[in-house]
Amino acid sequence: MVLLPREQLCSRGAAAWGGALLGTEMVNQLWQQQCDSFCSQNYPLYIRSVPTENELKFHYTVHTSLDVVDEKISAMGKALVDQRELYLGLLYPTEDYKVYGYVTNSKVKFVMVVDSSNTALRDNEIRSMFRKLHNSYTDIMCNPFYNPGDRIHSRAFDTMVNSMMMQVC
Amino acid sequence: MRGEARALPSAVSAVPQRSGSGGSAGRAGGRRGRARPEAGPAAAAGALRSRRGAHRAGTAPSPPQRGAAPGPRHTSRPTARPPGRPPAPRRRGARCPAERLYLRRPAMEQGPSGGSGPAAAAAGTGGLLLPLSETEQQRYSELFSRCCPPPEAAAGGSSVGELFRASQLPPDTLHQITEVCGAKRVGYFGPAQFYIALKLIAAAQSGFPVRIESIKNELPLPRFMALKNDTEVRYGTPAEFHGVKFQGPHGTLEKNSYKRADEGDKQEPKSPPMSPICSPPASPSTYQRIPLSYGYGKARSGLEQQHGAPYEVRHSTHQQDGPSSGNYGAKSALTCSTPNRSLSVEREQQDSNTQYSDDPWRITEEQRDYYINQFRSLQPDLNAFISGSVAKNFFTKSKLPIPELSHIWELSDVDCDGALTLPEFCAAFHLVVARKNGYQLPETLPETLLPEYLQAACLKPLRDCALFDSYSEPLPSTQQTRDFTRAEKSSAEEVPDNSALLQDGKKDDKQALKVSTTLKTIPKEFQHLTVKAAAQEPNALRARPRSRSYSSTSIEDAMKKGEEPPTPPPRPQKSHSRASSLDLNKIFQQNTQAVRSGWLPPPPPALPPRPSVSQTEQPSEVELHPQMNRPPSQAEENSSAKKEVVLAQPPSKPARRKLRTEAQGLETPELSPTINVTSSLPAVKPHLPVQKQSSKQKRAIQTAIRKNKEANAVLARLNSELQQQLKEVHKERIALETQLEQLRPVTVL
Repeated sequence: MVLLPREQLCSRGAAAWGGALLGTEMVNQLWQQQCDSFCSQNYPLYIRSVPTENELKFHYTVHTSLDVVDEKISAMGKALVDQRELYLGLLYPTEDYKVYGYVTNSKVKFVMVVDSSNTALRDNEIRSMFRKLHNSYTDIMCNPFYNPGDRIHSRAFDTMVNSMMMQVC
Repeated sequence: MRGEARALPSAVSAVPQRSGSGGSAGRAGGRRGRARPEAGPAAAAGALRSRRGAHRAGTAPSPPQRGAAPGPRHTSRPTARPPGRPPAPRRRGARCPAERLYLRRPAMEQGPSGGSGPAAAAAGTGGLLLPLSETEQQRYSELFSRCCPPPEAAAGGSSVGELFRASQLPPDTLHQITEVCGAKRVGYFGPAQFYIALKLIAAAQSGFPVRIESIKNELPLPRFMALKNDTEVRYGTPAEFHGVKFQGPHGTLEKNSYKRADEGDKQEPKSPPMSPICSPPASPSTYQRIPLSYGYGKARSGLEQQHGAPYEVRHSTHQQDGPSSGNYGAKSALTCSTPNRSLSVEREQQDSNTQYSDDPWRITEEQRDYYINQFRSLQPDLNAFISGSVAKNFFTKSKLPIPELSHIWELSDVDCDGALTLPEFCAAFHLVVARKNGYQLPETLPETLLPEYLQAACLKPLRDCALFDSYSEPLPSTQQTRDFTRAEKSSAEEVPDNSALLQDGKKDDKQALKVSTTLKTIPKEFQHLTVKAAAQEPNALRARPRSRSYSSTSIEDAMKKGEEPPTPPPRPQKSHSRASSLDLNKIFQQNTQAVRSGWLPPPPPALPPRPSVSQTEQPSEVELHPQMNRPPSQAEENSSAKKEVVLAQPPSKPARRKLRTEAQGLETPELSPTINVTSSLPAVKPHLPVQKQSSKQKRAIQTAIRKNKEANAVLARLNSELQQQLKEVHKERIALETQLEQLRPVTVL
């Protein structure tokens, strides 16, 4: 999941890839899923991959998809921001995998890369996964010891992501 | 002769015991655990010595002293003479009982002189081995090292005096202890005397008389009121009271024998057992200070300690200040409870031991009290929350690394609301305590730390505010002591450590001051914390928002939200005054649970149901519940009501509506006939004519009911979705605001 930052938040100039990356790759080769969550500055806050081989490739995919997310955000955001849907849907389908995006109101982006061969993964499931991620992220934000923008080291979050990815696998 | 004769049989009997202790003694402190069961070569030597000792003991000690279980003890005691006793027999003898204590200690941390001596003595002692558990050994050694710099053989009188004062025993008791342990006699506090004294303090704190024999029992660790440290001083008394065997006279006798061996001053040790009040004769000058400051209420009867917290021991001796103890104001009440607790500890030691080892995550009463006091310092209202920032500042003082604190927060903030209720706070505090004491943080919150679990326990002391009530708590005291010691230790850390710093007694003083001031400021900061009715309520309330089942994140939902304000949560089942049929009840139950904003314009919130409304009250009920817009159900209800006297709790809405429409002539036209019909309902008896009319209307009403039900179901779904969406949006907003806050200072714009 890639959470794209708002333009204003990007004003920091830290154009580098900030954002939290959640990369999850499915263990099963038929599945490839990667979840990334990016914060406003587009540097990864959390990234997890299930099967860890070719992880870099998924990281790259997630990062490149940030552009798509930005594009979608800007396109939608010009109008009523509130009406912008958090779930961005399929961002970037390739032959090997699909990339789904989700952005919260605080411009945290979640990017999920799923193996294209996983046809059983429907849109609703993706939505529910993003929802779970969003809920867990909100829980993390409630932790006073978590500074927004830090990398996410929450064990609860890890557990949730792992279970989610295992489930999809 | 008599004594000897007596001693001999006792010596024989003592052999097995002593063998155990002797064996352990032989280990020279290498072995921990109970020495008694261990047999060893030293046993034989010990037996011999015991005989000798018994002889000596027999001569002087009074029969009663010997009576209790003295035989073996006597013999064992005298055998305390280490085989390789150096040429200072008297000293050794005096130390023997204490030296025996060293048996278990893996490392003779006592002064160098005591090192070999005690070891040797321990080897020789056998009999009177005061069973020193590992924790005891650690603690005692720590205490001793604190009181006595290693190079010295004897503990500094002043430090020892302070330590003894910290035990909060009455001056007389301390004098007795001093006498019994032999320090008075020998004029200093050698390792043996020190250990014996510690053991006696533990015994005294546990309610046992100050006698040597009481040392034989497994006592909890002596508790020392942290003049400076709050928690650290408490040496939990490990539930060593397994089978409290009050060796009673043995101990004294043995001690006496020892002392006598040195100087034949057996009367002194005996005096305590004989008469608890003995003005200490020439006590060492150091002890003369002891009687001065026993004003401290025993802050905590924190007894158990599972782990020898080294810093506890060290700190205890340095506690000069009482301010830290001030933190535990409530604890003073604990002192009263201490004797009870020690007794209970005694009984429950067996259980507590197992509990200790099994459940370090159980909060003892003392710990809970401490946590509650800390909570109060942050938030006076115990039913309110501690906000995240406040808690963060507070727990940061514990000097745990932030990731660990973050994890602790994750574990303890069950409802993930960014604030801590009292149970959550207790759990978090307990986790910090445990972590400080070396326990690894669990991955999930232990059961005993769940807010629900803690709430029942927390609310009790809150209400009672009496420490004595803690005894009624189910938690075994042993656990309490154990956890308590841990808590104490951690609390010393937690509470900013005014105590902790004091414990170190070096640089921490400044920090302690800082911390204490910080703590004081905390309550002021959080005076504004909102008060919630009850801790449970907030949890419940928070639990609700937490249910994040976003039905959709689409704009549609937002639009829906705007168009249709969510109806209030379904009211509890309204009872219908009239006895409606069961079917009607079910129907109404379904309807009531669903969102009622269905096909009518959002009706005003329904009034609470009226459980058993008599028939006469039905009309009034109807009027009171204007919301009922279920003509079909009403019709059914009416029909059913006609047939039954409603005393049950059928949903009152339909009936009310009917009645109201009847009265007001409003509502749907369907209702009117039913209303008319229902108007007759109050009179249960005249059903027949009404029934005819209602039957016609029944069908119409039933169809309307069906339609309404469908609409209700749809609206209910919509409502739930909207509510979820709303919650989600709230959360996002919070997250966003938090991020904004973070970004604000950095914004360069």
